[in-house]
Amino acid sequence: MKHLLGIENLNKDQIMNILETAVSFAEINQRQIKKVPTLKGKTIINFFAEPSTRTRTSFEVAEKRLSADTYNIAVSGSAIQKGETLADTALNLQAMGPDAMVIRHSVSGTPQLLTEIMDCSIINAGDGFHEHPTQALLDAYTIWQRKGGFEGLKVALLGDIYHSRVARSNIYLLNKMGAHVSISGPGTMLPKEVEKMGVTVEKLPKYAVQDADIVMMLRVQNERASNLLYPDVREYSRYFMLTPELLKLAKKDALVMHPGPANRGVEIDDVVMDGEQSVILEQVSNGVNVRMAVLYLLLGGADK
Amino acid sequence: MKRESINVRKVLLNETEMSKIIDRMVYEMIEHLSLLKNVAIVGIRTRGVILAERLIKKIEEKENVRLATGTIDIALYRDDFCKGLSSPKTGPSVLNFDPEEYHIILVDDVMYTGRTVRAAIEAVMDYGRPKSIKFVSLIDRGLRELPIHPDIVGKVIETSPEDKVAVFFKETDGEDKVVLG
Repeated sequence: MKHLLGIENLNKDQIMNILETAVSFAEINQRQIKKVPTLKGKTIINFFAEPSTRTRTSFEVAEKRLSADTYNIAVSGSAIQKGETLADTALNLQAMGPDAMVIRHSVSGTPQLLTEIMDCSIINAGDGFHEHPTQALLDAYTIWQRKGGFEGLKVALLGDIYHSRVARSNIYLLNKMGAHVSISGPGTMLPKEVEKMGVTVEKLPKYAVQDADIVMMLRVQNERASNLLYPDVREYSRYFMLTPELLKLAKKDALVMHPGPANRGVEIDDVVMDGEQSVILEQVSNGVNVRMAVLYLLLGGADK
Repeated sequence: MKRESINVRKVLLNETEMSKIIDRMVYEMIEHLSLLKNVAIVGIRTRGVILAERLIKKIEEKENVRLATGTIDIALYRDDFCKGLSSPKTGPSVLNFDPEEYHIILVDDVMYTGRTVRAAIEAVMDYGRPKSIKFVSLIDRGLRELPIHPDIVGKVIETSPEDKVAVFFKETDGEDKVVLG
């Protein structure tokens, strides 16, 4: 495996291998000295053409703990603002000889395009409405650690499915691992024929949440004009917010997950977000473990 | 090294011979240990861990002591990681003691170039500064590439770089033996 573009093209064994490898890194992240020399001398560029706190920091922490040299590029402050095309920027970065580039971009398929332009490993950190593979992997790692497996689990995925690359990657992954995904959200936020992805579509969140092992919330993405898809925030939260009452319908030991950043009081109630069943911050910690595993497996040159 | 892929040319040690050698190593270790307090025995993944478990069990029975133990994975400390080999499978390291307070005895099944031991020393050092580090190996097949020497060895054999030396353990491979392939 040279690139990580999405979950769609991974098989069950590859996913499990990433999760199992992440266990080693979880141990390192518990140590007093959280650094190993594995990627010493490797150069990694983090190119985030969209805002990000969690993913960008998480990748950078992962890279630094593996001893790689990292460089961050944001669109503001880059030559893209002077009118350089993405392809030209990519060629120029390639000329500096990086070993990997982590890319986030608002256009779906950008990471794929870069694999055709550049020689280095490309890691998708979220492209448009397409995929966000490392998010799905860290979600899977969290579920695997907490539930011991995936087979037969019911996962409720609620909110703006249409704009959500997190939803797509998670649906691919959970289906491959044998979990069952039920989705619910405003009709305007469900893609056409989404059931063809192998999910059950419920009109109301309560049916999706009923007896669920995992309740995964998605963010209302106002920067992607989500706000045009529902009348107003109060109406959205009234029907689709994860409240303590809604959560009661899930299994007693159900986990509450959210990829962040969360809109408190819109898609998730404060009480739930900070409650005992919430593993939202655990997801963030696990993100570093999983991203270290991905970098290790990609840059070690396995399958070359 | 996959055990089933080895074309066995010669059995170097059978079960009885291996058992006698391990017993002798236990006596040598006890002799060593009697000089030291705060000793931890740490196996190098994966077959060093099995050998370490056997040594620990025998030492604890004979001496009626409890030893600190651990496991170290060297995959992330290899010096050939950037040489384009595939990423070796990793597992977590476990050191459930404060290394600063202990004399650490590293255990592996076969000693060869010395590069594994170097990596293991670096891995241990990342947890802290142990009082000392010693190295114990069942087989020393020579051909060192680094100035590293074992403290206790079960058996020394002469090999060439093309040879493969593989230790089989009941726990993982169904039988105890050492073969040349």
